[in-house]
Amino acid sequence: MSELLEVKNLSVSFSTSSGEVQAVRNVSFSLKAGEVLAVVGESGCGKSVLCKSIMKLLPSNAKIKQGSITVNGADITAYRERDMCRLRGKLFSMVFQDPMTALNPTMTVGAQIAEAVRVREPGISKTGLRDRVMQLMDLVGIDSPGERMEQYPYHFSGGMRQRSVMAIALAGNPRILFADEPTTALDVTIQAQILDLFRDIQKKLGTATVFVTHDFGVVAGVADRVAVMYAGKIVEIGTAEEIFYDARHPYTWGLMKSLPAFSKGQDTLYTIPGMPPTLVNPPKGDVFACRNEYALEIDYQEEPPMFRVTDTHYAATWLLDERAPKVVSPVGGIKV
Amino acid sequence: MSEKKTDGEILLDIRHLTHIFSFPKRVTVKAVNDVSFQIRRGEIFGLVGESGSGKSTIARCIMNIYRPCAGEIIYKGVNVCDLKQLRKNKRMLDTTRQLIFQDSSSSLNPRMKVCDIIEEPMRIQRTNPPRGSYRAEAEFQLYYVGMDASYLDKYPAELSGGQRQRVAIARALAMEPELLVADEPIASLDVSIQAQIVNLFRHLKKEHGFSFLFIAHDLSMVEFLCDRAGVMYKGELVETAPVKKLFENPQHPYTKRLLAAVPIPDPGRERARKGNRW
Ligand SMILES: Nc1ncnc2c1ncn2[C@@H]1O[C@H](COP(=O)(O)OP(=O)(O)OP(=O)(O)O)[C@@H](O)[C@H]1O
Ligand SMILES: Nc1ncnc2c1ncn2[C@@H]1O[C@H](COP(=O)(O)OP(=O)(O)OP(=O)(O)O)[C@@H](O)[C@H]1O
Ligand SMILES: [Mg+2]
Ligand SMILES: [Mg+2]
Repeated sequence: MSELLEVKNLSVSFSTSSGEVQAVRNVSFSLKAGEVLAVVGESGCGKSVLCKSIMKLLPSNAKIKQGSITVNGADITAYRERDMCRLRGKLFSMVFQDPMTALNPTMTVGAQIAEAVRVREPGISKTGLRDRVMQLMDLVGIDSPGERMEQYPYHFSGGMRQRSVMAIALAGNPRILFADEPTTALDVTIQAQILDLFRDIQKKLGTATVFVTHDFGVVAGVADRVAVMYAGKIVEIGTAEEIFYDARHPYTWGLMKSLPAFSKGQDTLYTIPGMPPTLVNPPKGDVFACRNEYALEIDYQEEPPMFRVTDTHYAATWLLDERAPKVVSPVGGIKV
Repeated sequence: MSEKKTDGEILLDIRHLTHIFSFPKRVTVKAVNDVSFQIRRGEIFGLVGESGSGKSTIARCIMNIYRPCAGEIIYKGVNVCDLKQLRKNKRMLDTTRQLIFQDSSSSLNPRMKVCDIIEEPMRIQRTNPPRGSYRAEAEFQLYYVGMDASYLDKYPAELSGGQRQRVAIARALAMEPELLVADEPIASLDVSIQAQIVNLFRHLKKEHGFSFLFIAHDLSMVEFLCDRAGVMYKGELVETAPVKKLFENPQHPYTKRLLAAVPIPDPGRERARKGNRW
């Protein structure tokens, strides 16, 4: 089987005092070895929860309600913590969104990277370990690793912390990497260097990557495919070219219109009107309807299925139904 | 883009600021090296540059979290590095300056509810809530960053990264500061919310005369939002210019490198560029 990761109809909820928060709703996607899937979408739409639920790193009030997670042909949906511990760090690892919460403030950065290396190579010699830690720090662009490895996270700048978290995630040469906004604190030159590094390992080791980011420039640079999430669901998925040049979902259009490049010379930037729905009792129909200037009557009644655009491109909007009026995309189509 | 208020008085004057961190074994890091710049009232000053070049350290010196090794920081005529002046003007400084930390989303008190987090600075300073109650004020601020009242009674652990970040923004704005030092305030937000916050900052500057130190890596946002910007490289401020000039005619080699590395939201062009780099 060529699919390294296969997620089918996954739903994840949190039980809270105000009800059941449906953070991930019926999400399906698959990932091949060496492939990069970028995940974009509104703040709070479930990107981090999706990654963490596959790695089984969710707090105890979270529950996988339905669906299956298959890794390398093995169904891990029901795996317990003991089984997961054996997989984490080697089979998959994660670059967490908040470097400060991911790092241990009481341990030197070097010791934390070393710990991650030892998971993969328990018998590694002391000098070998030191060399590997230095190599990893160098790889993610931290200068003078010899001195830096003895410092603590609070001695590091925001971007240096983020790169340390990345070094930890890469230490075990994982087959699948979940990178949750791994470059937000980096300047664009170091970011370019890190993205090259991602491409490099992906080519050399065939690492498959789920890359969560808000930066469409980064998406354009790293992604083979792109998934757009809204309110817990994947509303559009396709190759990078399909999403950038031929997006079909009005939410994807809205995101692209919000880019500063789209409002050059104007006084304010475009924003998608309204707020995302509550995930406790999502409204019926298409949850994006009330913010969608192209909404049809049926959007308020019935949830749209995933319509096929091509074999690789799907979008959940009634606009793709053959009975829908033809709407011209306000963005894209500007193929170069 | 210069608005009428930008030729106002100098609100913040940073003169020859230097900050050095020391480690065991006589290792030192010169995080900030002889940096000088000014922010006028009603101006948005952008600070961009290399990761680790000292941007957050400058922000922390301005907010009196670090004591600079050398140089002066004059805010509203008060030398904030002088302990005596600092003590005398403490309330003014605490109410009119606000900082949004770079890691603010992980520095929220985990035991406090969102409403208490936003209300805390107002309560400490005993400011009069313009909208009646502190809670109404918190709800108002939260709404402006795109979150509804249902989040008021949640704890930080129940929020997404971007939601936590927005709580930090709401908390700082609730004080209606004259100077907002915002360290990477929008990097962790999706593009639509980023646009919303940037529009809000613009509005606060224009209508309420807020001044900002806006630290960011997203150069297109800096170009859109800021009046002037400075570029940091290895602890030094290597270039300062009005944004239009900075982007059209960068002078320093590092600025040029930085601008050349901005990723383009277009896979065809990005790939072509990558091909060249390899
Ligand atoms: N422990 C929790 N308890 C209750 N609700 C939670 C919990 N963690 C997350 N949520 C909710 O689940 C939803 C999805 O959160 P998630 O962190 O996946 O968002 P995200 O897409 O990663 O957003 P961001 O871009 O802001 O990081 C959010 O609306 C959040 O409020
Ligand atoms: N508390 C500290 N103790 C020791 N060194 C520190 C401390 N804070 C920062 N440094 C060092 O000072 C330098 C500048 O760090 P700073 O956080 O100001 O960078 P920055 O420009 O904000 O970077 P980034 O864009 O990555 O956030 C770095 O070399 C960092 O390691
Ligand atoms: Mg997240
Ligand atoms: Mg910083």
